[in-house]
Formats: sequence, C-alpha cells, structure tokens
Amino acid sequence: MIDLIETIFDTTIRAGTPILFGTLGAIICERSGVINLGVEGLMLIGALAGFAVTSMTGSFTAGVLAAIFFTMIAGMLHALITVYLKGNQIVSGLALAMLGVGVSALFGRSFVGKGLDGLSRIEIPLLSKIPIFGAMFRQDILVYLSVILVVLIALFFSRTRWGLYLRTVGENPGAADTSGIPVTRYRFWAVALGAGISGIGGAYMSLAYTPFWVENMTAGRGWIAVSLVIFSMWSAPRALFGAYLFGGINAAQLQLQAHGTSVSPYLLTMLPYLFTIGVLIWSTRRLEKGASNEPASLGLPYDREDRK
Amino acid sequence: MKKILAAVAAFIALPMAIHAEVEVKAAFIYVGPVGDAGWTFAHDQGRKEMAKLPFVKDATYIESVPEGADAARVIRGVAQKGYNLIITTSFGYMDPTVEVAKSFPKVAFLHCAGYKTKPNVGTYFGKIEQPRFLSGMIAGKVTKSNVLGYVAAFPIPEVIRGINAFALGAQSVNPKAVVKVVWTNTWFDPGVERSAAESLLSVDCDVLAMHQDSPATLQAAEKAGKFAMGYNCDMPTFGPKGYLCAPVWNWGVYYADAAKKVHEGTWKAGADWWGIETGIVDLGPMTAAVPDDVKALVTAKRKEMIAGTFHHFTGPIKNQEGKVVVPEGKVLPDEEELKMDYFVEGVKGTIAKMKE
Repeated sequence: MIDLIETIFDTTIRAGTPILFGTLGAIICERSGVINLGVEGLMLIGALAGFAVTSMTGSFTAGVLAAIFFTMIAGMLHALITVYLKGNQIVSGLALAMLGVGVSALFGRSFVGKGLDGLSRIEIPLLSKIPIFGAMFRQDILVYLSVILVVLIALFFSRTRWGLYLRTVGENPGAADTSGIPVTRYRFWAVALGAGISGIGGAYMSLAYTPFWVENMTAGRGWIAVSLVIFSMWSAPRALFGAYLFGGINAAQLQLQAHGTSVSPYLLTMLPYLFTIGVLIWSTRRLEKGASNEPASLGLPYDREDRK
Repeated sequence: MKKILAAVAAFIALPMAIHAEVEVKAAFIYVGPVGDAGWTFAHDQGRKEMAKLPFVKDATYIESVPEGADAARVIRGVAQKGYNLIITTSFGYMDPTVEVAKSFPKVAFLHCAGYKTKPNVGTYFGKIEQPRFLSGMIAGKVTKSNVLGYVAAFPIPEVIRGINAFALGAQSVNPKAVVKVVWTNTWFDPGVERSAAESLLSVDCDVLAMHQDSPATLQAAEKAGKFAMGYNCDMPTFGPKGYLCAPVWNWGVYYADAAKKVHEGTWKAGADWWGIETGIVDLGPMTAAVPDDVKALVTAKRKEMIAGTFHHFTGPIKNQEGKVVVPEGKVLPDEEELKMDYFVEGVKGTIAKMKE
C-alpha cells in the first residue's frame, strides 16, 4: 500500500512539474498586468529548443539555457506587441500559442525519431528515505529547481522592493508611474522572464519526462497552466498545490487501472476536468467574497497619455 | 469503307480513352501531426509512396484535424478544391466523411478503420492483429514475470482486437502469461502515455506493448530495464536495449492500389480489410534482444499466416468470464472480429461499454 502511494506520488510530481513551470511563468507575467495565453506555444518552443540543443551538444545545461533563451525571445515578441504597441493581449497571446505550435513543428522535423537518455535522478541522502514523501527527494534537478522557484517567486513578491514594484505595476500602473517606477520596462521584462520560466516546463517534458521530440508533445499542458493561474490566484505556492493536484489525479487514475480496479476509465479520466470545474466554482465564490488577488489592471495596456 | 470506319472509330475512341484515365489528385486528412513518429507518420510515408506514381498529380495533406464536427468542414474544403481521392485516416472521421461524401458523388472517399460504406465511400484497414499476435509470441517468450502490460488508447474494437491477439499470441507459447491493460483515453499525449507505462511497470509487467501514437511507452520500459514493443513503425532508437520489435503499417501498398484504380476508372467503394499477405501490415525487424529460437518460431508462424494456414483467432477462445466465444476448430468470422467488444481470458482490464 505504501509502495502504491509512493508510486502515485512520484508520478504526481513528474506529471505536475511541467504544468508548474508553465503556471509560474504565467503568474510573473500576469502580476505585471499582462495576460499571457501563449503558454502552450512557449512550452513547445522550450521543449524543442531544449531537446535540439541537448541532443547536439550532449549538455542538459545548454539545453535548458537554450529553452529559456528562445522562449524569452518569443515572450519579448508578446511584450513588444502588448506593452510597447499596446495591442490586444488576448489576441497576441493566442497568436503566440499558435506560433509556438507552428515554429516548433517546422524546426523540429529533423529531430523526430530521436531519443535521449533523459535527466537522471538525484537522490538526496536521508530525506529520500522518508516513506511516501521521500519520493519528493528522488527527482531530477529540474524538479528541485521548480520547487526552489516557487519559494523564490513567493519571496520576490512579498519581500523585495522589485517584487512590490512589479505588483504595483500590475495593480495600478498610473500610480506606479507617478511614483517613478518605469512601468513599460517592468512589464516588458516580467513578460520575457515569465516566458522563459514557462519554457523550462517544455524543456522538462523533452529532457526528463518524455525525452524525445514530437510535434505538439505538450498536448495541452500549456492551457492547463493558463487555467491554474486563476485557480492559484496568482500565488506561487498555490500554483504548486494546483499543479500537483492535477498531476496527482491523473497519476492515481492510471495507477488504479494498473491495479485492476473496476472503476470506469471514463469516470477516472473525467476526474481532472470535474476537479477543474469544481475549483473554478470554489474560486469564483471566493472572488465574490472579495478575496480576489487578481491584478487590478490585468489585460489593460498602460498609456501614460490616457492616465486618469 | 472499312478503313474509314476504323479511322472514325479510332478517332472517337481516342479521346474517350484519355478521358477514362484521370489524373489523381489526392488529399489526406490526418488526426495527428506528421511528425508524431507514429500513426500519422506511417500514413504519411504511404502518401509519399503514392505521390511517386506518374499519374498522381498531387497528394496533399492536412494534419492535426480534430475528430468530430470540425473535420467535416476540412473534408468539404478539400472536396471543393477539386481533389478526386480523399483519404481520411482516423476512426473519428467516419460520420463527417459519409456526410460530406453525399454532396460530392464523383469524388472517391476512403475512410480508415470505420464500418460505414456508401457508393462513393470505401473503408479500408489492415489486419494489424496478425503482427500483434506475433509480437505477443515474442512477449510471452521473453517475459520472466509472466505479466505483460498494454498501454491502450480507447476501448474500441480496433484496439481491443489488438490486445486480444497479443494476449493469445503470448498464451500460445506461454500459457501462464497475463496481460494488464491501462486505458489512456487519448491517441497522443506523451506525458500520459509515459505515466500509464510506468504504472504498469510498477505492477510487475516486464514486457510492455502499446496502442498509442508516441514512443513514450518504450522509453519508460527502457529506463526501468524492461522490454517493450513499438507500434506503427519501427522504433529502435527509443529503446537501445529493451526494444523488441513492432507491428508496423505499410499504407503505401494500399494507397498506390487505390490511386491506380481511381486513375483507371475502376475504383469501387468497398470494405477492404487486407492481411499480412498483402504487405499492408507486418512485423518490423526483431532486435538482438529477441532470442534466436524465438525469432525462428515467430518467422515460421508468420509464414503460416501469409500462406493462410493459420488464423490468429482460432478456437478454443474463452472470454474473461471463461465462456467459450470461439469453439475448438473454428475461427472467428471477420464480421465478428470487426466489432469485438470483449477481452479474452488472461487479459486483466475492463472495457467501458460504448453505446452508439
């Protein structure tokens, strides 16, 4: 029984990590007031860049850095349109999602059919021996990085001046501008950096979870990340909880099947989506009670001339 | 006079002969991306083979078309553009294909893996169960735990037949072999496929087979030091040590034949279900991980299948409840095989019943 729970927990972490990276990136972006619906495209670009560079150089570090670099470039495109040209964020984000699918498919052709060994796991002494939770400490470096990022992002927003500035930019760019915070520069870099972090989620897919490249390999995880941003109410720790919960339900339903439960596989596959709907109801109710964390100027381009 | 008549007749006949031989403009509708290294990739190899024929003027494709209502719009689009051979390569395109075909009676439609035919809609498929049976024999011989795993997409006859043939193949050489099944409810999601494979590995499965469109299952087995079968096309790069072989598709054989018939004007809509003897399906190369005596055994069985002396669903076959479904000495009729909706004895898994 402990073995079963440990296996489920292990799969949960691995299935949740790409979604977690995607969500964290989108949180940083949206905290600055810019919606990013392009996470799916960013993850695909990250997946291809990571896989391509690692299979050419043999270095995982180079692969992850390439994933960050290329997704940041794509993110800057989104930032250019939405922050500097003040274009529609929804449209630009959707375009980014489609661009990522197409660009990665185009440049990925020659990498189809190749495989990698995949990132190896690093066991942390003692901690990895704890029953059940030990699974958390037998993961690869990117999983550890994702958890460290959760802590860093939470601290960044609550404890650092730049984090508070960035939040101000997302809440009330006019006030931020008045107090001398360079609104456009903050937004530009938040979008770019967020994109880079989302891109690591793609690289995690193609370097660790399923180490090969095929078109569309993220299979919708970017869209799940977009919805988890709302679920997590723009908070990094809650994003971790949401991503693992989502990964966990999936892991559990597969594991239960392997153990020969007679529960309908349709019901089991429905669970993640039922859960999503449930969560949306729950969080909307919380919003009604005024517990919203949504950045007040989310989706609104900032123009100094139009300031009220 | 005779000469003149002959000349006139030749004069009339000549353009008619030219008219009867039409240039083929084919369009393929794919459910996945051509770079999926699996199902769609295999179809696209077939398309490329067809495109080499001199009378095939155009062989285009549209990839990643979702199954269901949206597919009808895409199929209608290519029909309106003047393509005269339209090939839809996934089960879920069945109703959209039939619906669009009504409006284009002169266009030849071919739908893969379905069961609805119309005067201008033919169906086609191959008996992948035959190589599945052969791959099951290998699995049954290679396994040490006698527990085989099967990562399966959807509980539809196409997939169920494969699982049953795999199980019967394994049991034919190893009566103790059981097959555990996990449904992913997706054709293509590498992450879910990987997790499903890992869940099977954690319950003692040491040889995995799969009916999915990505090689994620192979990598999971390789990482765990276990064995795996591919599907669709040969996939040795994804399991340098543990890859055994793959039941493969050679769609080009069928597509070339269909194009030729459309070109000659002899094409008729039918329900084609080709076997291993035509070459549309086969067992891909067996790797060094397959022992030589097993290779010999499988090669001999393959020859029997090609010669038509061995049927993969030969009685006695019992279902999961132990009830005899195919009596001793009989073979399962094609029409029953096509709508197979039960597991044979020794398969551990459940099929959620689908209603029409």
